[in-house]
Amino acid sequence: MTAKIVDRVMTAVFYLIAALLVVLLVGLLGYILARGLPKLSWTFLTSPPQSLSAGSGIGPQLFNSIYMLFLTMLFTVPIGVGGGIYLAEYARPGRLTDTIRAAIEVLSSLPSIVVGLFGLIVFVYYTGWGYTLMGGALALMLFNLPLMVRTSEEAIRAVPHEQREASLALGVSRWRTITDVVLPSALPGIVTGAILTAGRAFGEAAALIFTAGMSTPRLDFHDWNPLSPTSPFNPFRPGETLAVNIWKVNSEGLIPDAKEVSAGASAVLVIAVLLFNLMARFLARVFYRRMTAAKL
Amino acid sequence: MTTETKAKTVLSVRGLNLYYGRAQALFDISLDVRERSVLALIGPSGSGKSTFLRSLNRMNDLVKDVRITGEVFWRGKNIYAPGVDLVEVRKKIGMVFQRPNPFPLSIYDNIAYGPRIHGIRDRRRLDEIVERSLRAAALWDEVKDRLHESALGLSGGQQQRLVIARVLAVEPEIVLMDEPTSALDPISTARIEALIDELRSRYTIVIVTHNMQQAARISDETAFFLNGRLIEHAATAELFQRPKRKETEDYITGRFG
Ligand SMILES: Nc1ncnc2c1ncn2[C@@H]1O[C@H](COP(=O)(O)OP(=O)(O)O)[C@@H](O)[C@H]1O
Ligand SMILES: [Mg+2]
Repeated sequence: MTAKIVDRVMTAVFYLIAALLVVLLVGLLGYILARGLPKLSWTFLTSPPQSLSAGSGIGPQLFNSIYMLFLTMLFTVPIGVGGGIYLAEYARPGRLTDTIRAAIEVLSSLPSIVVGLFGLIVFVYYTGWGYTLMGGALALMLFNLPLMVRTSEEAIRAVPHEQREASLALGVSRWRTITDVVLPSALPGIVTGAILTAGRAFGEAAALIFTAGMSTPRLDFHDWNPLSPTSPFNPFRPGETLAVNIWKVNSEGLIPDAKEVSAGASAVLVIAVLLFNLMARFLARVFYRRMTAAKL
Repeated sequence: MTTETKAKTVLSVRGLNLYYGRAQALFDISLDVRERSVLALIGPSGSGKSTFLRSLNRMNDLVKDVRITGEVFWRGKNIYAPGVDLVEVRKKIGMVFQRPNPFPLSIYDNIAYGPRIHGIRDRRRLDEIVERSLRAAALWDEVKDRLHESALGLSGGQQQRLVIARVLAVEPEIVLMDEPTSALDPISTARIEALIDELRSRYTIVIVTHNMQQAARISDETAFFLNGRLIEHAATAELFQRPKRKETEDYITGRFG
């Protein structure tokens, strides 16, 4: 066989693989959306679930997902960016840094169900909180921290060394150089990382089943006091998210329209995660243009 | 020519040795820099010019595994003595790098960056500083109508003058320049050289250049480096016309480097 033929054949093989991937993705999305979209309505998105009869909505679950996401990001972003700053700017090569990197590596490869079980032991039993949104958010933080640390570190490292030197040579301290020069330049990467993390957190179920629970108390959406047990904003109440709800309805749901409800919820979940990804790409592009273009 | 020997010394280097890990890059350098003069550092690539320049405002502190012995006196104090205020040293001894390195900010914010961090908040004072610095760097007329556009939209030569303006904005006494024109075209280079000529009346300038014509054109004194050693330091005209050392002569007549 001549090199030319090998080249042709391999090119065809790679095209085939690429086409297969696209077909898979389109098929999967098409299936989920085709089944779920007809179910979507304002009532479905806002009304509470039923335990036995048809006509369930996903209102509280949708709210829980968004609120949990907010809590998760509240912990993940500052700690993750802090870790990224440490690893990129301060960590000296050595035993300590190696250990930290190994820990992050291990943490990122833990199956989410294991993180969930760990959360059950620590955030549910040890703290005595029971199933809470807070416990779920902390479990998700553990699960997402490695990604956040890694993307922040990469974004910070990508800031040209010349920019740091320029700032330091003006008599600006190391820390102010980081906050005023390095972080703004690294922001696009950090934001992209944060949004990807958010997408992951939004779709996660296994880590939450044992930490945030599979139920939601009757919520009074007029009660905004975060300490009140029926307030939706109370972080120390159980809170089943959309992804957990899909799992539950499918595995042990008693409602007659379980199939439709879970199809509708899946569509919402998929659309949300897609939006997160599109938003990440879009923002990255905007930032990129802002940082490089001649005109603001 | 302003090479009267009466001129005050602003920087005085004594017995400076510098090591990158185990490799010694500077060997026992002693040299005085006169106030309001231009000192050119010449020598083949790898001879330690940048390393020496960066040790004058402690920029080498940022490099891992650097060890320095010897002294650099500035205003009578050794800048390597314990307890020295690095912020003050680097503010007063500014630095311009080989490649223009503006921040990805507006022209205005680039200049205002240093003064802001050093505590100036008043908008009118910042406006004044920005204008004064840009004028001093001979850039004002070209950018005064687009101060709030990104500095990255400027040409390389304009960016380098912007960087010089940014240094001047924090009111240094000494400006260190490491081959500031090596990335620029001849016209931009001529502009920077003219600028240096204007700045010499108010600032002390130490400039690394690989271009001997440039050294001859702009400097009052020249120091020749070779293999990490200071071979010869004299008034520029003298060093180029009557070099005392064989190595200097070989270098300026182009026999190596
Ligand atoms: N950061 C560094 N780490 C290790 N060695 C370095 C570093 N910077 C420069 N050197 C070495 O020090 C010597 C002098 O380099 P440099 O000061 O850059 O020379 P010049 O500016 O005259 O070209 C060279 O041998 C170079 O390889
Ligand atoms: Mg150099």
